[in-house]
Amino acid sequence: MKYYDKLIFDLSKEGRQGYSLPSRKWNAVLADLPAGLVRGEEPALPQVSELDAVRHYTNLSQMNFGVDSGFYPLGSCTMKYNPKINEEIAAHPGFAGVHPLQPDATVQGALWVYEQLAKSLSEITGMAEFTLNPFAGAHGELTGLMIIRQYHMARGDEKRTRIIVPDSAHGTNPASAAVCGLEIVQVKSKENGLVDVEDLKPLLDDTIAGIMMTNPNTLGLFEKDIKEIAALVHECGGLLYYDGANMNPLVGMVRPGDMGFDVLHLNLHKTFSTPHGGGGPGAGPVGVAAHLAPYLPVPKVVRGEDGLLHMVGADGEACGRVSGFMGNFGVLLRAFTYILMLGNENVKMVGPLAVLGANYIKESLKDCFELPIDSVCKHEFVFDGLKDKSTEVTTLDVAKRLLDYGFHAPTIYFPLLFHQAIMIEPTETESKETLDGFIEIMKHIAAEAIEDPESLKTAPHTTPVRRLDETTAARQPILKYKDII
Amino acid sequence: MAFAYFPHTEDDIKQMLDKIGVGSLRDLYSDVPEDVIYDKEYDLPSALSEEEVRRYFSNVASMNMQKICLCGLGAYDHYSPSVIPYITSRSEFLTAYTPYQPEVSQGTLRYIFEYQSMITELTGMDCTNASMYDGATAAAEAMMMAMASTKKKTRVLISEGLLPQVVEVVKTYAKYNGVQLTSVPCVDGQTSYGALVAELAAGDVAGVLVPGINKYGIIEDHTGFADAVHAQKGLFMIYSDPSSLAVIRTPGEWGADVVCGDSQSLGVPLCFGGPYVGFLACRKEHVRKLPGRIVGATKDVDGKRAYVLTLQAREQHIRREKATSNICSNQSLMALYVTVYLSLMGPKGLREVNQLSYGAAHYLHDSLLATGLFEEVSDKPFLKEFTLRALVPVEQLQKEMLDAGFFGAVEVEPGLVNFCATEKISEQDVCQLVGVLKNVNWQIK
Repeated sequence: MKYYDKLIFDLSKEGRQGYSLPSRKWNAVLADLPAGLVRGEEPALPQVSELDAVRHYTNLSQMNFGVDSGFYPLGSCTMKYNPKINEEIAAHPGFAGVHPLQPDATVQGALWVYEQLAKSLSEITGMAEFTLNPFAGAHGELTGLMIIRQYHMARGDEKRTRIIVPDSAHGTNPASAAVCGLEIVQVKSKENGLVDVEDLKPLLDDTIAGIMMTNPNTLGLFEKDIKEIAALVHECGGLLYYDGANMNPLVGMVRPGDMGFDVLHLNLHKTFSTPHGGGGPGAGPVGVAAHLAPYLPVPKVVRGEDGLLHMVGADGEACGRVSGFMGNFGVLLRAFTYILMLGNENVKMVGPLAVLGANYIKESLKDCFELPIDSVCKHEFVFDGLKDKSTEVTTLDVAKRLLDYGFHAPTIYFPLLFHQAIMIEPTETESKETLDGFIEIMKHIAAEAIEDPESLKTAPHTTPVRRLDETTAARQPILKYKDII
Repeated sequence: MAFAYFPHTEDDIKQMLDKIGVGSLRDLYSDVPEDVIYDKEYDLPSALSEEEVRRYFSNVASMNMQKICLCGLGAYDHYSPSVIPYITSRSEFLTAYTPYQPEVSQGTLRYIFEYQSMITELTGMDCTNASMYDGATAAAEAMMMAMASTKKKTRVLISEGLLPQVVEVVKTYAKYNGVQLTSVPCVDGQTSYGALVAELAAGDVAGVLVPGINKYGIIEDHTGFADAVHAQKGLFMIYSDPSSLAVIRTPGEWGADVVCGDSQSLGVPLCFGGPYVGFLACRKEHVRKLPGRIVGATKDVDGKRAYVLTLQAREQHIRREKATSNICSNQSLMALYVTVYLSLMGPKGLREVNQLSYGAAHYLHDSLLATGLFEEVSDKPFLKEFTLRALVPVEQLQKEMLDAGFFGAVEVEPGLVNFCATEKISEQDVCQLVGVLKNVNWQIK
């Protein structure tokens, strides 16, 4: 990667333009607007030619690392290959040109995709019904929790305002619960990394709205007591929420609905191959058991007596509306394309091959890196830093050194249960050769930590920029071009 | 079992299983209780080839109709330059994740910094985040920002003039978040100053959210609003269409503290309502209450200018249950659409877009009135969309428009219909529509 230092504003020159618009002479002109409603100064946006813009953004892209650039073992993010046919279908003008407020009869294709994707997700997860409206994983969590609250309120069970969240949970879980007006009760993990059922029991009473669980959890371990937990929570009148961020290893093998979960969200940008886009757009569909279907958000897609699919608004029972329109439809289209390509034949291999890769890396590296819980993992696992603790080389150093060798770093310093966490998730789309290459470099880095720790402490060396001064960035924020000039 | 997205040969699988020390893939699930393993066949269609997938979606897409679009109300059919999909489909942008490793993410970080620079420029605010999901959820986050900025206030006021879907989403968030919402009515087609002042008098208002351009298409006059809200120590917040801000008075100029809205109008395809891209901007004294990712400029150890996610102490992964927002992934790639769009259009192009839309919308407005089928509801200024009272049955109107090759006349309130015209609409389009409407045999209303 080469370093390129310009901002688009640096290329600007008065009088250049990168657009082409029709020339039409209308009688009405902006100058007719009352002076009090008009902007004072022209906005200082860049003025560049089309080539200036194309070259600038091409240069920027070349300072970026994506799944198409190389191995991206970012734990909990499921950076699997993003098939190109998905992009082709999503760009089809017959979908990309549809206005969300067109009459229902004119959007039957879009609603068909919505209905069929919901049906496929129900089949894969064992949930009765889905809304595809939520925009992202965290948004799905919030929607799911609203459904849970609405369920309790509809039953007149107003005092259920507390939710149980394991200490190993993704940060969004407690944050979503707080935004939903729920009080968080933490349950501890045992030494083996699993939820402590004995610690859970005394927490269960008639103020509990439910429990949020990730299974496999953020350590990549399957919560094998799940059925007992489900029975206990249901017995106390609570519901089980499944954080689908870690759904990938279960695809084709286990359905959350069969484990006793009442509500779940999926991250289509993880499990269903849609691109992460540098941090979105994703999609966070929410699935529910049959008894919770009335509380799904509006608009709902329903087949009417006229045989057409319709978008149905407020119905009195729903938890409300969580999106301006029908969610990130372009992302839904990509996920549905993936499911059609995968088909019944290949869906059963997604989880097992993802789990195979993770265990293969774990077994190959556990002599060099500290493996705090040595058991079979699912799609990911967590090392607690280097095995040799005498070097003062940290997880951050290892991550930065990986960048020098052409790999993206794993997720680091999460989960919070360990001080030097390195969380690795390879996904099912990576070949044995790629994993072997990564394993070899990780072993090499472990050796470097002993022989030449300085090369790690000062890494990366070959990237467009090197370690950044993050402290000054936060203390004296420079958040826009005008703060620089 | 060969499949394009799985690279494993049978020999690879065997070697990997040997290294792990188990006999089969099934053994990797030995920790999963037998009774939750799903042994049945999935009821999913058989795998399709790419060519079959193309044909499938070509058929499905043909079930959507394409007409000339005169719909607005939060989604606008503006011109989008050919450069945008070319850049946004570059896989280095498309297949990256959140820029957690800044050394190999300068591309994403740089364009987000540019995006922040452009949004603040348009809104007249000091700072903005890297994007929100859409306009409606951005408005809900603005409401929560107002609540987080005060410990004593319990209420947020929202104008009835906001887009209906925005009001509904804000109400949903408020219901579960425990925020008391009060509607401020519109009088004469615009948020009532008198009603606002009356509500503020109670002294319990954390913030007020009003539209820059309301659901009737009217450009609101917010004279006196900021002073009235600030006198009660609340936040004055405006929901804006950022495309319009190149020409109409900015939230900054109106004295707003927080601005939110949807940037779909800046180069993002209609795509049946998403992905779009919300924005949330504010004055610098509120930056620590601003949710979501924020990119800042800094230097690397060699002194090179570089960019990084900053002020992360605000975010959910640090604050967990103390967070006032749960947003994590946002709409980063859609922010790239906006950034490339604004780079290409510049101040002149964006002004031209507004002029062309303004001209077309006013021509459409006058031509529709001249048919005698509509009545004016307000003489207040509008930009690219407007509302008329239909003197003919709305359902028939929509159907006749459809037959004539147009989408539009979406009902805002019973009998009141919305029309929107962008730079894509020509005189010929308007004449075609009006010509048809004039010759319809209308049912008696």
